[in-house]
Amino acid sequence: MTAARPVERRNDRAALRFAKAGLRRLYDPLERGAERLFSPALNPVAQLGTITFFLFWVVAVSGVYLFIFFDTGVVNAYSSVEWISGPHWYHAGVMRSLHRYASDLMVVTMVLHLLREFSLDRYRGTRWFSWFTGVPLIWFLYVSGITGYWLVWDELAQYVAVVSAKLLDVFPIFGEPLARNFLTPAHLSGRFFSLLVFLHIAIPLILLLGMWIHIQRISRPRTNPPRLLAALVLAALVAVSLWKPALSQGPADLTKVPDEIGIDWFYLPLYPLAEDWGAWSLWALMVGVSTMLAAMPWLPPFRRPPAAEIDLPNCNGCNRCVEDCPYEAIRLVPRTDDEPFPHQAEVDPDLCVSCGICMGSCPSSTPFRRQQDLKTGIDLPGQPLSEVRDSVVAASAGLSGERRVMVLACEHGAGGGDLGGVVAFPCVAMVPPSLIDFILSKDLADGVVVAGCSESTCYNRLGVEWTKQRFAGERDPYLRKRVPRERLATIWASPFETGRYEAEKAAFAAGLPAQAARKPAAAQGGDKAMEAQP
Amino acid sequence: MSDALWMPARFAVLALFFAGVVSLSDWPRHRSVPEGVGVVTLSFSHGADRRAACRPATEEELARLPPNMRRPEICPRERPSITVEFEIDGKRVFEADVPPSGIASDGPSRVNRSFELPAGSYELVVRMRDRPGDDFNWQGAKTVDLRAADHRVIDFRADGGGFVFH
Ligand code: HEM
Ligand code: SF4
Ligand code: SF4
Repeated sequence: MTAARPVERRNDRAALRFAKAGLRRLYDPLERGAERLFSPALNPVAQLGTITFFLFWVVAVSGVYLFIFFDTGVVNAYSSVEWISGPHWYHAGVMRSLHRYASDLMVVTMVLHLLREFSLDRYRGTRWFSWFTGVPLIWFLYVSGITGYWLVWDELAQYVAVVSAKLLDVFPIFGEPLARNFLTPAHLSGRFFSLLVFLHIAIPLILLLGMWIHIQRISRPRTNPPRLLAALVLAALVAVSLWKPALSQGPADLTKVPDEIGIDWFYLPLYPLAEDWGAWSLWALMVGVSTMLAAMPWLPPFRRPPAAEIDLPNCNGCNRCVEDCPYEAIRLVPRTDDEPFPHQAEVDPDLCVSCGICMGSCPSSTPFRRQQDLKTGIDLPGQPLSEVRDSVVAASAGLSGERRVMVLACEHGAGGGDLGGVVAFPCVAMVPPSLIDFILSKDLADGVVVAGCSESTCYNRLGVEWTKQRFAGERDPYLRKRVPRERLATIWASPFETGRYEAEKAAFAAGLPAQAARKPAAAQGGDKAMEAQP
Repeated sequence: MSDALWMPARFAVLALFFAGVVSLSDWPRHRSVPEGVGVVTLSFSHGADRRAACRPATEEELARLPPNMRRPEICPRERPSITVEFEIDGKRVFEADVPPSGIASDGPSRVNRSFELPAGSYELVVRMRDRPGDDFNWQGAKTVDLRAADHRVIDFRADGGGFVFH
């Protein structure tokens, strides 16, 4: 077995598969470009979720500041906002611009985030939770923004009022039709305006609660972008706020129709549609799309690989797999057998995405063991450690020449499509560091390439970090010091970067000391390959 | 190159992207009614008279009721519909029997209709019937001078003399 495992082809609908591939084709160059400019750690395209969180805080803080100066009565609301943007432009006005533009950007980063998670296929199977809980966030964000535009009580607000009333009045929720609150200056209702002020504070709080729920099922969720990236985002926001301050349009006048207005196309793109299509069609569209989105994780066909399994005799309850699992699928529970350890690991199959990272983290996962039936504390039934060892030995048999390079590849990266001398994994963090030691010390290859997916965008979350830390000796299980580092290369490359991947692999191979020049390795030959670790 | 030297380029890329986003926050402009057009809205809530549908109770009906509930008339819970007609310059632009609102059909009937009209002078006539019979018992008429982007509203207040032209 030398080739990468064939990619599951019939695990998705053709249309969705093409949509995802098409989106990847757009996202990948963006991600790679941003990675180069910003460095992998600061890559904003890989931080869309955290940036959306950060923008929320910008909106929240600027909103509280504006609230100090905002008059919550409908009569004076407009003039108080004029005061903010006029004589007090240098503090309150800037805050107003930050408030509006950070809100606009939230829509943009949220949509980019949604499309990106979709393109990476990170919403199906056990990953459904984040996706499903993301859908209401779209609604809460929109209602927050729409109520915000309403409060300014300028011409745009009047337009928002008229069209919103048209949308809401199809339901008999209000005793009187909402539209009658904005009929004439005499009808204008301060009570309704107070309700709006309340909603504009309450709905964003619900949004925040929803955002918190959204990240509950993943471990070590990041909600803050790296500080430097946050500072850059804030600086750029301030710059555009000074360049184009957010202003009101003329005051609302109910004896006039808001016939021509500047529309915020992020929050109100559906409002002109509501005018054309009518309220019912628009509701049908919005509810239909939301339902479809929410149902997407369960759209067949989806065959999930089996979840990780514990092998009790090999588990001492060391907690490493619990620490490393990116989806909080493992926990320690009291021991159920007679082993002298207080705990054992337990996998919740409903949370496990079968990334194999736990197998790579378990101290029992060592291919040096002599057992015929190689077992470890936690293993992937779809690609158990014993099969991994067999694959490595088989891949070695296919290698020849002076500088034999074996590739341990993530199936989501450039190496996953490589041929010859490749063993593919759902994630490179599934590779126990001792496997590299095994390959080199048993002379199964002259060099090992660990080929992950792209550096800033680990498909399985956390895999890149764990791999780097294990190799650097900062995280258990370490890659042992005796492993000659010049014979190990790590290449982070997305499936679109096969060119760079090939070049780096070739350069690494060329730099390897030729076999003849090396001292004979401690153990050589297939018959000794299963020798116990010294 | 040192990391710090990249900062201006990073900032510039973000600022440029944000500038693009910010531009779409009030542009392109949107026209909700065509140029040179004003709007007349007919909007009111009014419940038809329930008493009008009352009828004298028959002897048997009275006998079936407990003594303290015996009233000489039986009145239905539901309100009847109202009938509305709206004419602009003598042309009928709206006519309808408007049913009552509410699950028990005991709420007021509601009308909320807007009409886009080119700027100009119009003779508006609105009639309403809220009790059985053939004649419209409420009527309002007014000549309005509608300018472009004007919004005129016709409301109704039974206790305020009928139709109100705002
Ligand atoms: C206010 C809007 C949103 C915010 C602030 C937000 C934020 C986040 C954050 C911080 C993460 C965790 C990233 C990580 O640490 O790996 C995340 C993950 C995720 N989000 Fe969102 N999100 C939002 C909206 C949405 C929407 C609308 C969807 C799709 C319907 C969505 C789908 C997902 C998915 C599928 C994941 C999990 C990816 C995985 O399993 O690795 N999000 N989001
Ligand atoms: S394979 Fe292991 S690390 Fe990955 S999600 Fe499942 S339990 Fe967690
Ligand atoms: S890493 Fe292995 S030994 Fe440690 S708790 Fe997990 S399964 Fe058990």
